[in-house]
Amino acid sequence: MTTTAHIKAVVMGGSAGSIASLITIVRELPAAFEPSVFLTVHVPPSEKRNVLVDVLRSHCDIAIGEAEDKQPIQPGTLYVAPSDYHLLVESSGVLSLSSDEPVLFSRPSIDVLFESAADAYGEALVGIVLSGASSDGAHGSRAIQDAGGAVMVEDPLSAYASVMPLATLNACPGARVGSPGQIATYLKHL
Amino acid sequence: MTDKIEELEITLLLEALYQRFHYDFRSYSKASIKRRLRQLRERLGYRNFSAMLEGLLHDAAIFPQVISYLTVQVSEMFRDPSYFRALREHVVPHLRTYPSLKVWIAGCSSGEEFYSLAILFREEGLEQKTMFYATDINPGALEAASAGVYNLDRIRGFTENHQQSGGRSSLSDYYTTAYGKASFDRTLRDRVVFSDHSLVTDAVFGEMHLISCRNVLIYFDSALQDRTLKLFSDSLIRKGFLGLGSKESLRFSSESGSFLDYVQGERIYQKRDL
Ligand SMILES: C[S@@+](CC[C@H](N)C(=O)[O-])C[C@H]1O[C@@H](n2cnc3c(N)ncnc32)[C@H](O)[C@@H]1O
Repeated sequence: MTTTAHIKAVVMGGSAGSIASLITIVRELPAAFEPSVFLTVHVPPSEKRNVLVDVLRSHCDIAIGEAEDKQPIQPGTLYVAPSDYHLLVESSGVLSLSSDEPVLFSRPSIDVLFESAADAYGEALVGIVLSGASSDGAHGSRAIQDAGGAVMVEDPLSAYASVMPLATLNACPGARVGSPGQIATYLKHL
Repeated sequence: MTDKIEELEITLLLEALYQRFHYDFRSYSKASIKRRLRQLRERLGYRNFSAMLEGLLHDAAIFPQVISYLTVQVSEMFRDPSYFRALREHVVPHLRTYPSLKVWIAGCSSGEEFYSLAILFREEGLEQKTMFYATDINPGALEAASAGVYNLDRIRGFTENHQQSGGRSSLSDYYTTAYGKASFDRTLRDRVVFSDHSLVTDAVFGEMHLISCRNVLIYFDSALQDRTLKLFSDSLIRKGFLGLGSKESLRFSSESGSFLDYVQGERIYQKRDL
């Protein structure tokens, strides 16, 4: 699977045990990284602001912020789904939030983000699924693959929780597999 | 990039909903509406959206299901307690100065937001001079709102929210329980009109002191958000208040100039005195 399309966006999803992997990945992204990056991590709904944004900001060189409704999408920026809302990408180049029911007990849901991004970006999209203990992300990754995009998962053998990467691998047998370091290298060379 | 045929089918479905049934979802946020429609198509067992369109036009049982599925009904009493606390602390003192008040809850769903405000206004001694207008486009939701009956398993969350909002009474003062349900006190409904009103197709119907419209605008595209905010600005008295959902703001709107940030962080705005 060699991608010839110019990658415009990266979507990432993670749950239990994914924060350390995420830090490893975002730390490696150069300030000149071009694709837009969207991130959904399962966090408890009680937080008023997603503290993950502050944690990641201290580790990354690219612009980062909590995703806002109808915010225009910029290249080289990392958008983090707020807690208790789904994050969706619109084909018109803006973000949308929704308070639809949780999916697989999660809001934000990785599937919801990935499916909307697959529609918006088609083959110009990469999906990354990290450690987690649910099967969220599997459907969405399949949608990315079906639309011609690429999928990579954190190695289930070394991930803190293997359920999520395994579920994605089941749905997308052709997906790449690697450690957080290898995922970072892959993204840097898109 | 998206399947062009599916795109066209969705456009036709939304056009049919508008022309045949006068429900206008054409300017809703595309990604959300597409997701809802796909789920519904699977549930109803249609092969594709063209088959669903045929069902919508020729099988009377389909339309109500489409409407109830496209209008997302997720709500809570005192949802985001800090919003209600901010209303209490910063907006209520201002509202006290008026001899009579009109409050509009736009997109009231099954009534949770209305009962929260009715209780808050009673606690603050404003209820007797207030008229509430609670509107929605989902007929089932409006019925549930005028019944004011909720499953008992939701009451615990409502009670916690109420306390965190600075509630001066106990939520249990306002409902009675039976058969796993909590029925809210009918006198809370003495000063409310529930009615079918669409933010897309209907017009201004009164001069409001406060409009609370939470988690509705996120379902609209930018142009429809702007149009709705204009409707709100036209519906408010001079220096009237507008409260939005905790992840909704005027930041990306062309209407932001008509409002002042009144309680920063709680999405409470005041109409500018132009
Ligand atoms: C997610 S609920 C929000 C309920 C409540 N305001 C809250 O924040 O908990 C959205 C509500 O908006 C209503 N709605 C959708 N489109 C509308 C329109 N065009 N005009 C009025 N209400 C609408 C839906 O029927 C639904 O009840």
